[in-house]
Amino acid sequence: MATASPPVPGRPARVRRPAQDVAGLGIGRAVGFLAPALLLIGAFLVFPAIWTIYIGITNYRLTGVEAVSPSIVGLANYTRALNDALFHNALWLTLLFVLGSAIIGQNILGFALAWTMRRARPAVRRTVEALVLLAWILPSTVVAYLWIAFFDRDTGTLNSILGTQGTAWLIDYPMVCLVLFNTWRGTAFSMMLYSSALQAVPPSQLESARMVGASGWQTLRDIVFPHIRGHVLTNTLLISLWTANDFSPFLLTKGGPNHESETVPVYIYNVALQGGELGYSSAISFLLLIANLLVALLYLRLLRRRS
Amino acid sequence: MRRIPPLVRLAVLGSAASVLLTGCLGSSDSGSGDQDANRNADATKVELVIGSNAVKGGKNSAGAEFTESVLIPKFVEAQKAKGVDVTVKFQGDGSDDEVYKQKLALGLSNKTGPDLINVDGIWVGEFAQAGYLKPLTDTVGDAAKVDGWDGWKQIPDSVQQLGMFDGKRYGVPGGTDGRVLYFNKKLFAQAGLPADWQPKSWDDITAAGQALKKLPGVTPIQINAGTAMGEATSMQGVLPLLVGTGATINTDGKWLGNTSQIRQVLDFYKSIYGSGLGDPVLQREAKGRDKSFALFAANKIGILLEGDYFWRSVVEPKAGVAKMADRDTAVGYALIPANKAGGGVKGQDFVSMSGGGAVAINPNTKFPQQAWELLQFMNSAEMVKAGLNGAAKITQRTDVNTEVLAGDPMLNFVASKVLPLTQYRPGLAEYPRISAALQQATADVIGGKPTDAAAKGYQTAVEAAAGGKDKVTSN
Repeated sequence: MATASPPVPGRPARVRRPAQDVAGLGIGRAVGFLAPALLLIGAFLVFPAIWTIYIGITNYRLTGVEAVSPSIVGLANYTRALNDALFHNALWLTLLFVLGSAIIGQNILGFALAWTMRRARPAVRRTVEALVLLAWILPSTVVAYLWIAFFDRDTGTLNSILGTQGTAWLIDYPMVCLVLFNTWRGTAFSMMLYSSALQAVPPSQLESARMVGASGWQTLRDIVFPHIRGHVLTNTLLISLWTANDFSPFLLTKGGPNHESETVPVYIYNVALQGGELGYSSAISFLLLIANLLVALLYLRLLRRRS
Repeated sequence: MRRIPPLVRLAVLGSAASVLLTGCLGSSDSGSGDQDANRNADATKVELVIGSNAVKGGKNSAGAEFTESVLIPKFVEAQKAKGVDVTVKFQGDGSDDEVYKQKLALGLSNKTGPDLINVDGIWVGEFAQAGYLKPLTDTVGDAAKVDGWDGWKQIPDSVQQLGMFDGKRYGVPGGTDGRVLYFNKKLFAQAGLPADWQPKSWDDITAAGQALKKLPGVTPIQINAGTAMGEATSMQGVLPLLVGTGATINTDGKWLGNTSQIRQVLDFYKSIYGSGLGDPVLQREAKGRDKSFALFAANKIGILLEGDYFWRSVVEPKAGVAKMADRDTAVGYALIPANKAGGGVKGQDFVSMSGGGAVAINPNTKFPQQAWELLQFMNSAEMVKAGLNGAAKITQRTDVNTEVLAGDPMLNFVASKVLPLTQYRPGLAEYPRISAALQQATADVIGGKPTDAAAKGYQTAVEAAAGGKDKVTSN
């Protein structure tokens, strides 16, 4: 989202304050440097976004008559979304997903790992970090396959461990499975961010706290947390955005059974390709885009207030 | 300089772009229709791609194997004799039909995709309406050439419908199929049921299910339901049951909405999945259908409603995806009964549903004439027979069928007993959306919703798909 920023040197305008041209490039060369990036952003970000808005006001479909001659339906897609029980369901599930796996799961697990590994022996720390990182960098399809095998009803690892043969975890508790999965999958980022944030906490203060006999919780609350508050904010907002837009739930459950794990991105996919309703799905995509922008805006605002 | 607020800038940019874009969607279809059908007709170097949802060692393995190692070399050889250097590639797929369809539609909408395309008969309508497929006579350019092909005489009219829309031929059908109730004779013997079981009503099915329920670890009945299986739920579930209530999904141009027949079908689902006769979890799993195959092959499902595909490609002892070495002795098959004697469509005692695919020519092909030649070649009696490779299947050609079906009692049963009483799905563009609504209704019922609520939801979905209340029957 564009925010108030110093005038871009590349803007074809008279440069009234030469002091702004600190790099001494001059307009021509500055434009030359910016053009590739702007073109890429234009082609792959701005254009698709506008295209989405446009399709969102039509009844365009993947097949059938409306694929050849779609007509403009105005805001009908948006009013439909407001009354669409399945869309409400998707919003609610996305909220649960973000709350469970990002705001609570990844945040707390990531911090706990960073905090406990801080004093661990380097060998232990490196092993743990490598394992957590591995969960993060493996390709989604591979990971999804592993988790399906883990949760499988007939020969799943989880059922073998717990001795609960025949429990179809992904069918009976789809959202719980997804929250667990995504917590496992994404904790690495929070862990790394908090690891480096914790280094900003002055050891002398921790030492003093220990001297006066502060409990672990008191130390965390009164010494550590004030130092890393900004990091917590950054981390929470970033992982919330990623999680809200995450498509990997599709790989595990396809949104099923019967829409019980259909988060918004999965719903958009199912509406667009399974149902062929490209117009309606574009309208929902646009709503998701707006929601993302609002969160990003909130984030920028909070950051600015802090600094 | 006066600064323009960023939001205003964005808005100006956006509206300018929207103006530019308006009218771009979908209007690009005119191109292919105006193309010269004789383009590259005399080329000596030709490249063609055959696309199909079949892959060696996976889905429809035998078909992929045949295309790659017999059909293509033979065609290349035949063309070489004419001095044409042809390269034919096979673009296999091994995914769910819905996913394959999405891939095709996305490719065709961007004017790409294989030159010859295997499609399900029920997609022809919506693809044709979207301009993704054109009548064969348009693509080939010469009506006499297409209609004069001697193969048409061998293909029964009902089967030809699979490749037709609005009275025009869009592709050459690849045979048809029929649905029956398969049962495991070993389990039937243990439960004290006859090996030549033939239920005469839905109650007979549930009665057999009650007997099978006493066997430990056995799911008595599995009838496809839910959205995860896609069209399989409609073809091997709702529709055969629906014709068993005397109704068809589309009568005189009106779609069947929330009616007593739909509710009867949903009640039957409830009676099976709500009482432990069937396993509702299996119907909700993403890979539920494949699992039902594996469980049947492992003697863990008593009765399963499936098409002859199940016999040919699933429990087939040598190349099936869930092989049963003792298929011929262990697997029984029976006609699907109407809900009660004489209660089926046209007053029939027994019912079935049939479908099948067709091969169409991509209107954007570079070589329409050569594609038509390949299409004829693959549907010649010689190639259709070669494609069976000793196995039996109900092919599109009557001449081949009379020769091969006698060798396989099950397929002979389908050809002689099932096909005379079967029904086809309506070749209307709205059908796939109506079908999705049926699938959703069954998903609701096996998920625990009351029948009435599921039927009401179905009515709403059908009205949206059909385009108005007046196009839907309800009572």
